[in-house]
Amino acid sequence: MRLIAIAIAVLGSSMAVIAAEGELDAMRGNVPLLEERTPEPLYDVENEDLRRVRAYPMQPPTIPHKIDNYQVDLNANRCMSCHSRVQVGESQAPMVSVTHYMDRDGNFLADLSPRRYFCNQCHVPQTDAPPVVDNTFVDIVELLRQPPDTEP
Amino acid sequence: MLKRIKSLLSTFWRIFRSPSGYLSLGFLTVGGFIGGVLFWGGFNTAMEATNTEAFCISCHEMRSNVYEEIQPTIHFTNRSGVRAVCSDCHVPHDWTDKIARKMQASKEVWGKIFGTINTREKFLEHRLEMASREWRRFEANDSLECRNCHDEDAMDFTRQSPRAAEAHRRGLIEGDDTCITCHKGIAHELPDMAGVEGWE
Repeated sequence: MRLIAIAIAVLGSSMAVIAAEGELDAMRGNVPLLEERTPEPLYDVENEDLRRVRAYPMQPPTIPHKIDNYQVDLNANRCMSCHSRVQVGESQAPMVSVTHYMDRDGNFLADLSPRRYFCNQCHVPQTDAPPVVDNTFVDIVELLRQPPDTEP
Repeated sequence: MLKRIKSLLSTFWRIFRSPSGYLSLGFLTVGGFIGGVLFWGGFNTAMEATNTEAFCISCHEMRSNVYEEIQPTIHFTNRSGVRAVCSDCHVPHDWTDKIARKMQASKEVWGKIFGTINTREKFLEHRLEMASREWRRFEANDSLECRNCHDEDAMDFTRQSPRAAEAHRRGLIEGDDTCITCHKGIAHELPDMAGVEGWE
């Protein structure tokens, strides 16, 4: 009896997953798996040089300009040719945060910390592409403004 | 036999030393003119042939290193289909400067014969040296090869992004920077930039 109940529960939950998959298919444009999807056009990268609001205080800022073909490898780091401490006088770009000059123990280094070298691991440019899935994120400030007893 | 060759040579030498004594002035003038045209045309045609992309990438040193690298960049792949080939940037367009650069390039023939950069490892080893030479050349001639297409007088700063317009105003117009000061590594990958000014 108990076994049957578990089996029904498992079956039910897997059915729910299958049913939900149709809705999570937005990035494929709801095209069946075995069919090739017509690719989206390449959207323009926003190049306004205007800083964007961060969704939460620790969010790595997004890049407000194009970074096409920027070389970031063993030989050179094009981002740091403007954003490093010694270059901001020349470039007038914002300096990377001081945390990027700290090692994992919090010691300050003379140069960029190796663990922070690859900028695109956290910082990315934005395009004008329409969002493929809905975003229900609510800024913490919005949350705090709501009366304490209401559900968001 | 030897005597005949000797007499033939001495006859040739006599005519060569004072051709006007043996050949008519008209023949010499017209012949000299035609010969001059042929030589000049042939010389320039041969020199232009060494200015083509096909000539540059006929060596694997160029084809499998720098030619590979330029292909994803804006100077090779772009929406308007205008392409800069090797010589557009690496050879001056004016004749005297071009000849001077071609004479320097005879060193590159030496390098080709003795295989100075004939493997990827050797190429990478020499990359900073070769890149620095080009940067120095661009700095010395005020980025002339860039300006053959990108003339700052013809740039509409209002059509540039605010960041680019501001940097150009500060460095190019008011400062004494030249294109290559900032735009290094736009068509090829950069060498190890440790110790290069502006890249510390």
